Amino acid sequence: MSEYLLEMKGISKEFPGVKALQNVDFQLKAGEIHALLGENGAGKSTLIKVLGGIYIAEAGEILIDGRHVDINSVNAARDNGISIIHQELVQVPHMTVAENIFLGREPMGKFGVDNRTMIKESQKMLDRFDLGINAASEIYDLSIAQQQMVEIVKAISFNCRILVMDEPTSSISDREVSQLFDIMRNLAAQGVGIIYISHKMSELNEVCDRVTVLRDGTYVGTFVVAETTKDQLIAQMVGRELDQYYTRDHVKNTEVVLKCEHIDDGKKHHKRVSDVSFEVRKGEIVGFAGLVGAGRSETMQCLFGLTRGSTGTVTLNGEKLNIKTPVDAMKYGISLVPENRKVEGLYHIQSVSFNSTIEVLHEFINNLVVNTKREREITQEFIEKMHTKTPSHEQAVTNLSGGNQQKVMIGRWLATKPKILILDEPTRGVDVGAKAEIYEIMNELTKQGVSIIMISSELPEIINMADRVYVMYDGRITGCIDYEDVSQESIMKLATLEADQTHSGAAGDLNRQEAKNHA
Amino acid sequence: MLKVKRYFKDNLGIIIALAAMILFLYVYPKTHNTFLTQNNIFNVLRQSSTNLMLACGMTMVIILGGIDLSVGSIIAMSGVLGAAAVVWHGLPEIVGILIAVLSGVLFGLLNGLVIAKTKIPPFIVTLASMNIAKGIAYVYSEGKPIRCMTDAWKFLGAGNVAGVPTPVITMFIVFVVAVLFLNRTKIGRHIYAVGGNDTAAKFSGINTAKVKFIVFSFSGLMAGLAGITIASRLYSGTCTSGDGAEMDAIAAVVVGGTSMSGGSGKLGGTLIGVLIIGILNNGLNLMGVNSDWQYIIKGVVILLAVYTDFLRNRKKAS
Repeated sequence: MSEYLLEMKGISKEFPGVKALQNVDFQLKAGEIHALLGENGAGKSTLIKVLGGIYIAEAGEILIDGRHVDINSVNAARDNGISIIHQELVQVPHMTVAENIFLGREPMGKFGVDNRTMIKESQKMLDRFDLGINAASEIYDLSIAQQQMVEIVKAISFNCRILVMDEPTSSISDREVSQLFDIMRNLAAQGVGIIYISHKMSELNEVCDRVTVLRDGTYVGTFVVAETTKDQLIAQMVGRELDQYYTRDHVKNTEVVLKCEHIDDGKKHHKRVSDVSFEVRKGEIVGFAGLVGAGRSETMQCLFGLTRGSTGTVTLNGEKLNIKTPVDAMKYGISLVPENRKVEGLYHIQSVSFNSTIEVLHEFINNLVVNTKREREITQEFIEKMHTKTPSHEQAVTNLSGGNQQKVMIGRWLATKPKILILDEPTRGVDVGAKAEIYEIMNELTKQGVSIIMISSELPEIINMADRVYVMYDGRITGCIDYEDVSQESIMKLATLEADQTHSGAAGDLNRQEAKNHA
Repeated sequence: MLKVKRYFKDNLGIIIALAAMILFLYVYPKTHNTFLTQNNIFNVLRQSSTNLMLACGMTMVIILGGIDLSVGSIIAMSGVLGAAAVVWHGLPEIVGILIAVLSGVLFGLLNGLVIAKTKIPPFIVTLASMNIAKGIAYVYSEGKPIRCMTDAWKFLGAGNVAGVPTPVITMFIVFVVAVLFLNRTKIGRHIYAVGGNDTAAKFSGINTAKVKFIVFSFSGLMAGLAGITIASRLYSGTCTSGDGAEMDAIAAVVVGGTSMSGGSGKLGGTLIGVLIIGILNNGLNLMGVNSDWQYIIKGVVILLAVYTDFLRNRKKAS
């Protein structure tokens, strides 16, 4: 018996023009949770796809229990006990949990599919993990986290011994994350080897035993998590010491430029914004913290003219604004970079150039003449300003890494020359190197007099970047903290105000609602 | 020069298909003497003209991520209404023509309004308006052709300008206008944006309702124009004309490389798609292929054209 459950040796994979993996090694013990770490484009997903039989490696071999195996198809991977839970869940929303678990291998009775057996078997599996999920309910009605649990149960039902989880926590709440981690530990205790991919460094300490770092398609090293500091790991990932991760020259008591009073989304049901007032000073980064569903994004959407029927007064430099549509907002110099770049931000199949210039078409399209030279100039200007890495202006954005997509998107809004820039989760799904760059650009912008409103669920980001932090809970602002006084505890106290008392049910509902919106 | 090169590169698959068809019909003994004559070339262009008009509108609709099933029925309705205005109500031909075109625009406006203001999918909305337009044509004409033989009426469909058939001229004007509109205006870009990602377009401050409204109205306008052209060519407004025309337009657009999932496509490809379908129809007729068989052959060719294009794109992507 080999020491390792899984060994990948000298794996190489090439795509036209790119060496995605070069001589990469990876070893997984039975019963361990092993993190796979690396920036976007480091080769994590390629490695996983090789393991899952989606790509065939040009060189290298895969050993399970010390024996050579050929994994040349998805079915071969499954037969060898490998299950992959992809970042984008692949379930059929209008089928029941049981039907999804047994998809393609439904138990047959005398009259077709034996529904009762299917539900009974599924329920048994679900109950093993004490999930509180009803096997007869539709996937559509579950939260994202619950859908993920179902996916795990499905994987285990294939007798999987190697479970790969690709960024499972990117869209679920903290409470659900800890439930997920419990399940992972439980599985590991039963001898399953888990490969865990995540951008969130803080999660490593909590749940992982060892970590393997990849950089630019090469193997950097494998470390025991408990013996390695976060800074060491980041340095391994980016290949250099990040002298400064957060760049921020704080400002204080500059003049007030934007004043929002009594903002309300005017909704009767599912109200997310009620009587929100705040102000923004010149050159400031104003943070908005709170739990998922606290109404931060919705507040900004009201301000930006995206919510019909919203009320409240907005004053910019003493002038009262009348914002009915996003076009009005942009006219006044207010821009909003949305939270979910996949859904709300990017035109995926279109080029970098198209995506960079869609807000400023009037600068080069006039009277049936397209000034392509000007179009190229604008595109180039913001590629340089944002340090976007793209092979050409014509590259489809869908082929860029997450960090570069985010840069294209921020660049697009910078092209409108905003005085007030609203960034909703500016670094979600972005690797550490690009994050540091985005922070630097934000700092630079504020020096030029731009004021930034930053919504973020990453507390370190809020704490280090914001000059003042507004905290929201259940559609209201519960407090404002200056940067000198800000701390994880002070924010969480305001963010969960009342949460333990009367409104705990409501908060749960909001999370659920949020999850549905994502689905 | 660069643009021409790019055009050839982007559409290489279908250009080769088109060239192969032309070559075949030129070499094939039965069609060698008839195919590449001036007479027949004008024939092909004239037969393709209304399809190109529809396809121009349809390209934009499909880039927008929609579909317009109503154009075929609008052809029948606008032809009937135009002819009735002239023959039954004694109005001048030009007024009849305007009524025909405007009735198409009106239906396009209604399609656009419902699609922009509600969340009902374009497929359903235009399926409904397809039936309504068809019904209007039947009810108004009582199922009989309304014959109109005056020269002014015949000009649009059956006339000539300096030896060139009028519909061919109309077709080129329409095509140029559509190209300018789609490629050289802000609304044109917005069509790609809305088709590429509707939600992102809203966050971009694009008035998505307005864009949808304009595009479906344009498609209606094209159908009205095609309707009057056909009614003029047939010397009558007929409630059966335009049957299945929407499918030929969709086929041309898809063969031309526009993606049914929206967000991408070019009118240049559509032009070739229209020519492929036009030459296919013409060639099969010249070869004396039974019209029942023509359907089958046409279906296979469409599938092949789209499939080769799909293969080429997949190669490009990897």
